[in-house]
Amino acid sequence: MIYKIHLAGVGGQGTIKTSSIIGEAAIKQGFNVVMSEVHGMAQRGGIVNTDIKIGEAKSPLIGKGDANLIIGFEPAETLRSLDRANENTFVITNSARIIPFTVSLGISEYPSIEKIIEFLKNNIKNLFVIDAEKIAKEAGNIMSLNMVLLGAAVAIPQFPLRKDVVVEAMKENLPVKTIETNLKAFEKGFEAVKR
Amino acid sequence: MNVKKILVAGEGEKLFLLGNESAVRGIFESGVSVASTYPGTPSSEIGNVLWKLAKEYGMYFEFSTNEKVALEVSAAASASNLRSFVFMKHVGLNVASDSFMSTAYLGVNGGMVILTADDPSMYSSQNEQDNRIYARLAGVPLIEPANPQEVKDFIKYAYELSEKLHLPVLFRTTTRVSHMRGVVNTGRVAQPPKKGIFKKAPEKYVPVPQNSRRMHKELIEKLKSAEKIANESSLNEIYDFGGKLGILTSGGASNYVLDAVSEFGFKVRVLKLGFSYPFPESLVLKFLEGLDRVLVVEEVEPVMENDLLALVGKKKLNLEVLGKYNGFLPRIYEYNPDIVKDGINKAIYGKVSQKSFVKNSIPLPSRPPVLCPGCPHRATYFSVKKAVKKLGLEGQVIYPSDIGCYTLGVQPPYETADFLLSMGASIGTANGFAHSTDQKVVAFIGDSTFFHSGLPPLVNAIHNKANLVAVILDNRTTAMTGRQPSPSEPINGMGEDAPEISIENTVKGIGVEYVKTVDPYNLYNTEKVFEEALTRNGVSVIIAKHPCALITDEKKRKRNVWITFTINQEKCTRCKVCITDLACPAFFVANDGTIHIDPLICDGCGVCTQVCPEHAIEVRK
Repeated sequence: MIYKIHLAGVGGQGTIKTSSIIGEAAIKQGFNVVMSEVHGMAQRGGIVNTDIKIGEAKSPLIGKGDANLIIGFEPAETLRSLDRANENTFVITNSARIIPFTVSLGISEYPSIEKIIEFLKNNIKNLFVIDAEKIAKEAGNIMSLNMVLLGAAVAIPQFPLRKDVVVEAMKENLPVKTIETNLKAFEKGFEAVKR
Repeated sequence: MNVKKILVAGEGEKLFLLGNESAVRGIFESGVSVASTYPGTPSSEIGNVLWKLAKEYGMYFEFSTNEKVALEVSAAASASNLRSFVFMKHVGLNVASDSFMSTAYLGVNGGMVILTADDPSMYSSQNEQDNRIYARLAGVPLIEPANPQEVKDFIKYAYELSEKLHLPVLFRTTTRVSHMRGVVNTGRVAQPPKKGIFKKAPEKYVPVPQNSRRMHKELIEKLKSAEKIANESSLNEIYDFGGKLGILTSGGASNYVLDAVSEFGFKVRVLKLGFSYPFPESLVLKFLEGLDRVLVVEEVEPVMENDLLALVGKKKLNLEVLGKYNGFLPRIYEYNPDIVKDGINKAIYGKVSQKSFVKNSIPLPSRPPVLCPGCPHRATYFSVKKAVKKLGLEGQVIYPSDIGCYTLGVQPPYETADFLLSMGASIGTANGFAHSTDQKVVAFIGDSTFFHSGLPPLVNAIHNKANLVAVILDNRTTAMTGRQPSPSEPINGMGEDAPEISIENTVKGIGVEYVKTVDPYNLYNTEKVFEEALTRNGVSVIIAKHPCALITDEKKRKRNVWITFTINQEKCTRCKVCITDLACPAFFVANDGTIHIDPLICDGCGVCTQVCPEHAIEVRK
């Protein structure tokens, strides 16, 4: 069994950090893991996608309709990544938008959040919409929104990694002074899905 | 993971490493004494890690001024009987190619590995050239790893091979291998010798014609020995799953093949080449026994496909070769699981159908990478556009650009990148535009790129009397690739203090009379200097000097002082100059039409306060 996770977000949201924690946790739990990252020009406020495969896979990329779980850090980016989903894929999406500057310049348009959610609801059975930005703020720091989404992922049925192992990987991979806030954010994200 | 682990992890540990990080571990396990590079994605992280660990490991590492210098540093180390490692992005090898070609003739003493990180799909490059062809052009062995574990293990193999053959070895990764993270089982770290000795032997090291004629003959002999080794190499593996279809593959592409075989149970025989040039003909012939057709799965050019077609012709084999020439697989862009699965499926007349997937039907906004908030280049571009407008030259100025973050000036509203070829070409092509047109020419080049290859064209401009303005965007770092030091900074690749090379003195020294240094954050002064430069003849150099916003951000974060700005809605007339002309990504228009600054994005640079005609932008309290 290979468990395939796709993460989609915008540069600066902590997508790569989240992916690394998932990868490190997978190794701790005794799995093989491969992952693809984005570096370079695309990081400057552009789209950041990572793919993670837990299990005996060789290539890190996920094909069309082949993801078990999609974690969307930004609603438009969730939609942009949707071709990795089939009708049984679990999708977690942050509902807080990051409006690209092309919209302010008037050269592209951002759809309404209602329209995005409606489309997701109509096409994805296993959908979890979370205002990760709001939850992160409640936890004490908006920068911990990636850990809110990680917490949500761990609560998904069939997610192969144990919660305690993920927490251990978080502690080893996050700056010491941010651990408390991040754990709080993680816990709140977990609860948001469990409920 | 702490990067230090790449050095201190003992034998038999499991690390979760990026392909590029694993390359560094490979260097440490091989006892490499000298490494050199010019930063370039997708190879950049190798340098970023070495920068932190080289000193502790006990080797010499440098960020060279360009790839050619980097290759020469490593070639000399290897002639001095030390193991050396030089690495660069694919187009970097174009820069280094002159010396690369000769290195093959001279051969090596200490093992020499040249890593080229190719970029199929051009995630951060101007082209997707396939550098496996360079191995064939120069006549050096080629090694292609498929994952981080292989990156490390194959580097160790490459050093042994290089020393056995007395040849440099070309080591080709692709973005997907360099930027893939996977489990790496560590071996033992080997201590590098600190110094070697160069023994004079001009007949061996000086390719004057009487020597180079002999050297070429020797090179061909060495390649014959190399092919024998490739035929027996443990890097070349056959996986037989039955059937009459063979698949010849290498590097990152082989991952998709092997995954597809295990997922769909395709009955095929796979030959994965890790040591792919010289093409191991005897091994391939053995692999072909009993096959009807062979599909070649390789990224970008039909390189192995050509080798296989030649072998089939030479041996008059009754075998069909499927690949790029007959449309089974594409010749451009990187591969993925779907492309490779479809190719195999077609080749075996299979019936694996595409999995159903969700198709998004809502139009989405484009999200191109942008200059960071607080980026000094934004201020420079704003000022040049204003000066050009004031002088009535709108639409008439040609802006040759160069390789760096500032290439993003190609986007609206700046549109200050009109022509781009390669590193250093901004000033080079500015020479040409100056002599071929009556238009004003303003070339943009970064500080690191200027030292890389901007100096020769500037000398050219003075000597050949070109009329041009060269703007050196000195942000005190090599920003795009992850902020490696440039020669104008007081630090080097060993993390030690280093002499700063003054751009101003350099430019004056080669005879530029008009040299002005400005702080682009001061819009008024910057615009004035641009006006002046645009109205004079000859070569004018403007040095727009301000540290990269990511450097100042780090300092501000450390000191915990971060001011941000806000818009006084009573003063704001919604003229939108801040959006349409300055285009800072922190600004946005709310649903009610009011304009705001996102405090989470605002860098606090304050450039916008000088742009707003109503003085409506104030410090957020």
